Amino acid sequence: MKPRPAWPGLCAVLAAMLVVMFGLPLVTGLFGLVQATVFIAMAVLALSQGFIWGYGGIMSFGQSAFFGLGGYTYAVAVMNMGDSTIPFFLSILLPAAFAALLGYFMFYGRISDAYVGVITLTVTVILFNVVNSTAGDVYHIGNAPLGGFNGMPSVPPLNMPGDPSSPLDPQQLYYVCMGLLVLVYLMLHLILASKFGRVVVAIRENETRAMLLGYDPRLYKLLVFAIGGGIAGLAGCLFTNWGGFISPTVFGLSQSAQIIIFVLVGGLGTLVGPILGAVAIEYLITVIGSQQTFNADLILGVVLVAFVLLVPQGVVPVLRGMTLRVFSQRRVAALPEAKPVRP
Amino acid sequence: MIVPLLQTSGLTMRFDGVTAVDAVDFTLGEVELRCLIGPNGAGKSTFFKMLTGQLKPSAGAIKFRGHDITGAKTHEIARRGVGIKTQVPNVFNGLSVHENIFVAAARTHSPNRARAMVDEVLTRTGLTDIAWRTVGQLAHGQRQWVEIGAVLAQEPDLILLDEPAAGMTYDEVVRTSELIREINRTRALIVVEHDMQFVRMIAKTVTVFNQGRVLVEDNVDAVLTNQTVRDVYLGKRAA
Amino acid sequence: MALAALIGFNVLNSIAALVLLSIGLGVIFGMMKIINLAHGEFLMLGAYATVITTNAGLNLFFAMLVVAPLFVGAVGLIVERGIIRFLYGRMIDTMLATWGLSLFLVGIITTIFGTTVKGVAAPFGGFAIGRYQASAYSVFMIVMAAAVLLGIWATLRFTRFGLIARATMQNPDMAAALGVSPPRIYMATFVLGAALTGLAGGVLVPVSGVAPTMGAAYIARAFITVIGGGAAIITGSGLASALFGFIDQVVTFQTTPVFGEVALLISALVMIRILPQGITGRFFRRSL
Repeated sequence: MKPRPAWPGLCAVLAAMLVVMFGLPLVTGLFGLVQATVFIAMAVLALSQGFIWGYGGIMSFGQSAFFGLGGYTYAVAVMNMGDSTIPFFLSILLPAAFAALLGYFMFYGRISDAYVGVITLTVTVILFNVVNSTAGDVYHIGNAPLGGFNGMPSVPPLNMPGDPSSPLDPQQLYYVCMGLLVLVYLMLHLILASKFGRVVVAIRENETRAMLLGYDPRLYKLLVFAIGGGIAGLAGCLFTNWGGFISPTVFGLSQSAQIIIFVLVGGLGTLVGPILGAVAIEYLITVIGSQQTFNADLILGVVLVAFVLLVPQGVVPVLRGMTLRVFSQRRVAALPEAKPVRP
Repeated sequence: MIVPLLQTSGLTMRFDGVTAVDAVDFTLGEVELRCLIGPNGAGKSTFFKMLTGQLKPSAGAIKFRGHDITGAKTHEIARRGVGIKTQVPNVFNGLSVHENIFVAAARTHSPNRARAMVDEVLTRTGLTDIAWRTVGQLAHGQRQWVEIGAVLAQEPDLILLDEPAAGMTYDEVVRTSELIREINRTRALIVVEHDMQFVRMIAKTVTVFNQGRVLVEDNVDAVLTNQTVRDVYLGKRAA
Repeated sequence: MALAALIGFNVLNSIAALVLLSIGLGVIFGMMKIINLAHGEFLMLGAYATVITTNAGLNLFFAMLVVAPLFVGAVGLIVERGIIRFLYGRMIDTMLATWGLSLFLVGIITTIFGTTVKGVAAPFGGFAIGRYQASAYSVFMIVMAAAVLLGIWATLRFTRFGLIARATMQNPDMAAALGVSPPRIYMATFVLGAALTGLAGGVLVPVSGVAPTMGAAYIARAFITVIGGGAAIITGSGLASALFGFIDQVVTFQTTPVFGEVALLISALVMIRILPQGITGRFFRRSL
C-alpha cells in the first residue's frame, strides 16, 4: 500500500505558520510579539538540532556552541560594520564553517555517536570558559568589546538591507523572525525530500549498507552538521536581536541541555515536533523564571530525566501514533539507539 | 593476457593471534559464478569482508580488474563495481523496500531513471507486492531479497552473496537460485553457502575453504564427492 | 635550572589534577562504557560536602578523604538504582539522563546554598624551588593522585572484586554464566567511580572556588582525558593525564588556564582523528 504523499501535511503546517505569523499581531500587543520573537528564535535553534539528530543521527550535545557563535559573530560584526546586512550572513556562515571544521575531525575520525556527544559538549563548555574570561578592555575585536561574563550590551539591531539608519522595530523583527522560521522549515523539508536528504536518512538507518552502496557517510554527516551549525547560528543572530544583548550563557550547559529537551519533548524524527517543543519549554522556563521556589535547572533536569525514562520518542510522535498520520509518510524510528555498546 | 575480474594473492587476515584467512590465492573471471563452501570458521565471511574493504588485510593483495584495492575504503570499492549481501543482512530497517532499493539506484542515476530501475528490480526479485512495507518488519527471507535487490540496483560487476538462502523455505530457495542464474548472465558472483541443495542448484566451480586456506577448487560434482571435503564437514550432512 | 624544576613540578601537579579529576569517570567508562555527564556535579557535591563539614568544625583531611567519598558514593548508589539501572545498554539515553541529573544537582544545590562561592584555604603553605615559590599542597595532590592510581591498580589486580570486575568488563555474558551478576558489578563500579570523584572534589577544594556551577570548569578536561585515554582504566587515564597535563601546563604557562583548555581540545581533536578509540584503543590494549 503506497504511503500517502507528504505535501498535504507540509502545506497544512505552512498554512498554520502563516496564520500565526499574520494573525498573532492582531490578537496580542507589542509585549506578546516580543515574547513570541524569542520563542521563534528558539524554534529555529530546535530545528537545527531536530534536523541533525532526528534525521542525520548525529548526537550533538553542543548546538549551543554554534548558537552562541552566531550571536557573537553578529554582535561583533555589526558593531564594527554599522550596516547589519553582512553581519547577518556572517552569523550563519561562520558557525557553519566552524561546524564543518569540527565535523571533519569528528566524522573523518569515525568516532562513535557517544563520543560525538561528549566532544560537542566539551566544545561548548570550552567556548563558555573562553568567552567568559574575556572581561576587560584588552579583549575586543575591532570596536566590539567582548565583555566576558558581563556580555555585550547595546547590540545594534538588524536594519533594512543596506540602510543602517532604519533599524527594525520589534514588530518588524517579529515578522522577519517568523518569516525566517517558515523559510528554514521549508528548506529543511526540501532537503529531506531531495536525494541528498534521502541518503542522509539511509546513512542514519544503516551506515554500513550506505557505504557498501558507494556513499561516503563522512561527507554526508559533515554537510548535515554544517547545515545544522548554520541554522543554529541564524538562531543566535535572531536571539541577539531580540534582546539587543548577548552573554556567555548562550554557550552554557543549561542552554545546550535546553536544545536537547526541545527536541526530546517535541518529538525526535519530525520537524514540527522541535518547533512545538521549543515553544512549550521556553514558555515553561518563562513561567519558572517568574517564581522563586524552583530553580530552572532543577525543573529542566527533572523534565529531561523523565522524558528519557518514560517517553523517549517525545510528544508529537506519540500523539501522531494515536491519531491520523497527517504530517509525513516517512515513519522514522525513535532515538537512534540500536547500535552495539562500543565507545 | 586477460586481466581477471578479481584476483587475490597471499591474502591474509590475522586477529590477535588467530589467522582467519591464511595466504589465499583466488582468481575469478568476468561473469563467472563461484560457490564458496566450508565449515563454520573457515574464513569465508572474513575473506568477503576484505574484498569489500570492511576489514583491512594483514597481508597480501587484492586486485579488481588489475587495480589494487587492498585496504581501500568500502565506499571506494563499492564504486568500482563490487556489491555485497552480508551474512547478517545490512538493510535500512526503518525505510520501505522501495526506498531501500531507490537509495541504491540513486547514486548513479537521476531520480526518474532510479525510480524506473527500482520497479525493474522489484519485479526481478518478486518484491512488488510488498514494495511499501517497512523492511524491519519483514521475514528474514524477504529481507535477504531486499538486500539482493539493493545490490542489484547498484549494478555491480561483481556480486558477493554471503548465505543468500539462509532462513528461506524450499520454494524461496528455488526462486533465489533462478534469480542468481539470471544475474549470472551479465555479472560475476561469488556465493557463500551452507545449504548444499542450493549449491547444487547453482554451482559450476566450487572453492572449498578450511581453516583459512583453500582446500580444494574443482567443479561441483568432483568437490561434493571428494572424501577430504566430506571429512572436513564431518558431522554435517552434505544433502 | 630552578625554573625548569618549577615547570617540571607544575607539570606534575597538572598531571596529578587530571588524574584525580578523571579517574572516577574513567572507572565508570571502563566498566560500563558510558560517559557520566553528571561527573562535574559529583565533583561539586564532594567539594560541598568537604567545605560544609570543614566549616562546621570537622578536620579538613577527614572531610575530604572520608566524608566526601562516602557522601558522593551514596549519591551514586541512589542514582544508579534510580536511573542508570533502567538504561543499561542504552548509551545515548544514559548520557541524556545523566545530563538531566547534572542540571538537577546544580539546581538543587543552588536552591539550598545559593550561588555564592565558598572556600577553604590551602593548608601546608609553600616551599621554595630555587627562588620560586611552589605550593606544598601540590605535593599532597601529587601523592594523592599516585595513591589513587596505585590503589585502583592493586584492587583490580589483587582482589577478588577486581578480578570479577575485570571479567565483567571484558565479557558480561560470560561472567554472568559463571555466577556473577553484572548489574551488581555495574552498581558497585558506579558507586566506586562516584566515590572517587567525590574524593577528587574534596581534594580540589583548597585550590578552587566552590560554587554550584564549578563542575563546568572541570568537565572539559575530564572528558578529554577519558576519551583520549581509551577503555583501559589505569593505563588510559594515566597516559592521557600525562600527555594532556603536560600540554595543558605548557600552554597555561605561556598564556592562561583557559587557553590551556583550548589547547587540550585541539590536541584531543587531532588525536581522535588518528586514534579514534583513544590511546589504549591502539596501544597497551589489554592492560588494566
